[in-house]
Amino acid sequence: MPFVNWLKRRLVVIAGLLTLAYLLLPNVIVTVFSFNKPKGRFNYEWQQFSTDAWKDPCGVADMCGSLSISLQIAVWATVGATLLGTMISFALVRYRFRARGAVNSLIFLPMAMPEVVMAASLLTLFLNMGAQLGFYTILIAHIMFCLSFVVTAVKARVMSMDPRLEEAARDLYAGPLQTFLRVTLPIAAPGIAAGALLSFALSFDDFIITNFNAGSTVTFPMFVWGSAQRGTPVQINVIGTAMFLAAVLLVLASMVITNRRNKQKA
Amino acid sequence: MSTLTEAPPPLAPAEPEQKPARKRGRFTPYWLLLPGILWLVVFFALPMIYQASTSVQQGSLEQGYKVTWHFATYWHALTEYWPQFLRSVFYAAAATLLCLVLGYPLAYLIAFRAGRWKNLIMILVIAPFFTSFLIRTLAWKTILADNGPVVHTLNSLHVLDLTDWLGWTAGDRVLATPLAVVCGLTYNFLPFMILPLYTSLERIDGRLHEAAGDLYAKPWTTFRKVTFPLSMPGVVSGTLLTFIPAAGDYVNAELLGSTDTRMIGNVIQTQFLRILDYPTAAALSFILMAAILAMVTLYIRRSGTEDLV
Amino acid sequence: MKTTPDNSGDVRLSGISKTYDNGFTAVHPLDLTVPEGSFFALLGASGCGKTTTLRMIAGLEDPSSGTVRLGDQDVTHLPPYKRPVNTVFQSYALFPHLDIFENVAFGLRRRGIKSVKKQVEEMLELVQLGEQARKKPHQLSGGQQQRVAVARALINHPKVLLLDEPLGALDLKLRRQMQLELKRIQTEVGITFVHVTHDQEEAMTMADTVAVMNGGRVEQLGAPTDLYENPRTTFVANFLGTSNLIEAEVDTVNGDDIVLKAGGGKLVLPEARCSARTTAGGKVLVGIRPEKIALTHADDAGTIPEGRNRITGKIADASFIGVSTQYVIDTPVCDEFAVYVQNVERDGRLVPGADVVLHWSPAHTFGLDAAQDIDAGIEEEAAA
Repeated sequence: MPFVNWLKRRLVVIAGLLTLAYLLLPNVIVTVFSFNKPKGRFNYEWQQFSTDAWKDPCGVADMCGSLSISLQIAVWATVGATLLGTMISFALVRYRFRARGAVNSLIFLPMAMPEVVMAASLLTLFLNMGAQLGFYTILIAHIMFCLSFVVTAVKARVMSMDPRLEEAARDLYAGPLQTFLRVTLPIAAPGIAAGALLSFALSFDDFIITNFNAGSTVTFPMFVWGSAQRGTPVQINVIGTAMFLAAVLLVLASMVITNRRNKQKA
Repeated sequence: MSTLTEAPPPLAPAEPEQKPARKRGRFTPYWLLLPGILWLVVFFALPMIYQASTSVQQGSLEQGYKVTWHFATYWHALTEYWPQFLRSVFYAAAATLLCLVLGYPLAYLIAFRAGRWKNLIMILVIAPFFTSFLIRTLAWKTILADNGPVVHTLNSLHVLDLTDWLGWTAGDRVLATPLAVVCGLTYNFLPFMILPLYTSLERIDGRLHEAAGDLYAKPWTTFRKVTFPLSMPGVVSGTLLTFIPAAGDYVNAELLGSTDTRMIGNVIQTQFLRILDYPTAAALSFILMAAILAMVTLYIRRSGTEDLV
Repeated sequence: MKTTPDNSGDVRLSGISKTYDNGFTAVHPLDLTVPEGSFFALLGASGCGKTTTLRMIAGLEDPSSGTVRLGDQDVTHLPPYKRPVNTVFQSYALFPHLDIFENVAFGLRRRGIKSVKKQVEEMLELVQLGEQARKKPHQLSGGQQQRVAVARALINHPKVLLLDEPLGALDLKLRRQMQLELKRIQTEVGITFVHVTHDQEEAMTMADTVAVMNGGRVEQLGAPTDLYENPRTTFVANFLGTSNLIEAEVDTVNGDDIVLKAGGGKLVLPEARCSARTTAGGKVLVGIRPEKIALTHADDAGTIPEGRNRITGKIADASFIGVSTQYVIDTPVCDEFAVYVQNVERDGRLVPGADVVLHWSPAHTFGLDAAQDIDAGIEEEAAA
């Protein structure tokens, strides 16, 4: 039974590719339906091909505004979480201090907590303080939950760094500041970049925590949520497709560049 | 998120003569920690306390709330909403199991069989992250539509008869049923399973497979006795990363389910944002947190992977 | 590139010690002077304090007591980046994000020197890496990385170059080659080299002076031949090469010679070669290197000249290793006596089971204090 044998040997590959298809199917649908011209308010059924939405991506009231708010929050949350998280990582890896265990659990817990719990408890805090819900409460929340992820990303990188490199720098006439800028930071950079990228993605896409603490401010995910109730404009799919393509292209481009650079040098 | 699961690289056994001396700057670590830790204390730990206090308060929006140690709220919350709690645990467990079954082959494929396609497949696993998960979840409404090809095929294969009988679907449709919600949860958290699995599989020395083969183990035995045990750290962190967010999720139940599939997240959200019954909402949230922490601790203990953090 | 002979390249350690916060003392108070222009090796097993001593000279470790001086300048409290000292680190510590050129230029640039191109290129020529200037460290072989590490340190014209196990990561053949290379560079630039190693052969081939360290103390200091021929402790005797050590009792002191009783026989030891105090009836450890011993079949015992120390025994094992044959002899004084015999004219009767006489010149015998661990330094070498 050559066919059965062939199948047996490739069972893992076939199963894996099926899972990959399952993962990518929604993205295909999102892309295809960005060219749809739906009859009613909802864009769930295929009607006819049209590029209308692509020609006028901001044609829906408030959508591009929410997109801009989301981008702003994501940028500031990334800056804040990366800065604070990197500082914590260096303290954790490089120094001995009291309460290390407590600090470690404080960093781990937000990642082991359902979002809805963090969202609800943060809202009780804001309500108790009488804080005005909006842009800044969202930003505070986003920095909070991104922080732990930055710490884990940067910590892994700094831990794997040879402490002799910094000693070598100091031995070669670099003072503390120079050592940090010329050696420590460049070597830790990939970890910091990974943490920052993760923060951006998490913040930009966050819905649950934002939904609790946004007040009347509408971020892009909240706009999508609202439109699921009121009617989904095709433009949502346009944005979704564009984001997917941009991400894939960005990663591919960076891979091509590193490949080429390595080849040139070799 | 893969970073959560990347165990720190083993530190070289530090010879006493190579320990870095840090006499100067005794306070430096505290200055480095201060802003970030303060942030987490004020906006993560403190809210937990506020929430605990809110859960034992009584009063109304107009007159304000007072701490009255009214623990009856907990009793009320549990008796009223135990079906949603159970459902959350059940759905999340089902989704986690599905993620493991679906994710393992793909992680294995990337780690051992993908060859030069490895990077591309990796990108395709991560890239969907960059499209808003709400948009992608809405796409499932199209995929599982009542008159779509998926439901049609399942119907003609009489699969839906079976799932109807099991209570997973109802009346020849998939949307607005438990199956749709579990399917959405599985889809949403699958990458959180694949990435840690991949990280721990990738660490396995390929020669171990050869050694196992050399020692008369058939492929399936090799997997059971060598590969799978060695990937346990990935399995543990993958299941945690899938189960925890799935148990607290309310987006899938709201978008793909019906009133019969409401999970505890939906209840908390409604109580907090629509009914404005803060004590009940806080109590529910507190119970969820305690339940998850208890389950996670037990699970980590049982699986013997305490160095997960 | 020769430095002027103003002794500013001397390294003078006085009373220097290091105790860590956890109470572990890595280095006990230590006095050491390394003369300018010499190639000095600190030899010892891992954990003996040699690296800590080196790091205190570099300024990477604060000494708990004592002072470090370079020539007449006290540098004890100067941070590493203000000391005219450079280090070749274990496993090199090349900056992975910088190419070879920038790695070598690092020290010059930090000191604010703008035009570094010519100097760096010259330096890379010296270590024969001119072609590799724009590669990243990970693209080079181990031996090339090692040379970059040397170039990166030497370009700064340090008064002293510190080398921390610089050849540890290389394979045997390359290590031999690099030993000669480093020695050549040292002769060429003429600056003081302080070299830390656990490899006794490496220390003896390269250094003018070797300090053998053990348990945070210097056991013995001297020229390699001196240390080898006349060890003063069991640790040095065992750590540097192999020694046969026999416990013996002092019989009489006869002029310049001490006569000892061991296993029924008598052995002669020149008093000058005995580091232990000797009184009649006292114990002494007698040592002899395996290659100093001649082996004669018991049937020919009469042909052995008078005046040689002799012990009888039975061959327990013989391994032929080309240039020599290594025998293990079972004797009344020690059941694992090692003897190395050059394969000049092989005696076919010397096979396991044969009765033999071991004999050697009293001038090759050395005497050690019997109050020491007779096996000190044996395991350390195996572990290192």
